[in-house]
Amino acid sequence: MTVIWTGMIVVSILCGLATGRGPEVAAAAVEGASAAVELSLSIAGMLCLWTGVMEVMRRSGLADKLSRLLRPALRLLFPQVAGDQGIMDSVSANVSANLLGLGNAATPLGLEAARRMARRSPGVASDSLCMLVVCNTASIQLIPTTVASVRAAAGSAAPFDILPATWLASALSVGAGVVMCRLLSKVWRD
Amino acid sequence: MDLLFTMIVPLTIGGIALYAAGRRVDVYSALVQGAGSGLETLVRIVPALVGLMTAVYMLRASGALELLAVALSPVLDKLGLPSELLPLMLVRPISGSAALGVGAELISTYGPDSQLGRTAAVMLGSTETTFYTIAVYFGAVGITRTRYAVPAALCADLTGFLAAAWAVSLLF
Repeated sequence: MTVIWTGMIVVSILCGLATGRGPEVAAAAVEGASAAVELSLSIAGMLCLWTGVMEVMRRSGLADKLSRLLRPALRLLFPQVAGDQGIMDSVSANVSANLLGLGNAATPLGLEAARRMARRSPGVASDSLCMLVVCNTASIQLIPTTVASVRAAAGSAAPFDILPATWLASALSVGAGVVMCRLLSKVWRD
Repeated sequence: MDLLFTMIVPLTIGGIALYAAGRRVDVYSALVQGAGSGLETLVRIVPALVGLMTAVYMLRASGALELLAVALSPVLDKLGLPSELLPLMLVRPISGSAALGVGAELISTYGPDSQLGRTAAVMLGSTETTFYTIAVYFGAVGITRTRYAVPAALCADLTGFLAAAWAVSLLF
């Protein structure tokens, strides 16, 4: 992340100076930081609501039911931590929340799983943690409600007619991520 | 069917509340306690978001993305990806709100039911804000050596874009 972040900053300064957009870059440096706080505030309500709903799901045993359905498949994806009940609980709850499109609920669950995984290898991303992160950077949302509402706003005849195409593209994208993780975990030396 | 999709959020919440109440769970106190833990998560995320969004805003303002678009268009043509959608593909891994903005503009420019408009929508729906997710996860648990997570995640994104273009031309 250090390399990526520093690289982004250096590239924007150089590029801004070269294209004569130095003042815009300077303004953006201040604007970006406050936009981050604005974004955090704008998602705060939904985030708290969904962690609340997830807590209700957890206490009622509903989350357990959903994640038990996903457990066998997830054991194959996370063989190194399959024996750890706590990790597998959070991972399967994270994946089921992602499927339901509860992105703001999925994040705290995923972070909980990530924290437990990171405890086993501090500072370095283990194979399981890489797999978890890659699964979360790929979208597996069953109903992309935000995009559908954008289409509806633009006057689409049937805003949800993209569902089959979205499922197909999502499945291929997640599949590619999983295969890449498996391949790279065998050859990557740190 | 559209009404069902529109009502999916309230129906989910209502369904969970009814099920939990049936199981004699104190629904309201569970909800409030869970919401409190959401606030704690938010506080942990804000620093990473401040760092990343500062860099993204600077990158956008500098014109670097436009330069990249010009440089990349021959490659896109070979892959069968429409170059009109390049800004969306460049922004998508970096900023979710920027991608939604770019996508919404493409959808209204070319029409929501056009080939390009649909492809833009499917791209938005089948990919995630990769760098943001990576920053949040690795930042929250203190990982500095991310190994192959970034290349594998970007490979999934690229596959998602290609698959979106392919799936739309196949199904429509």
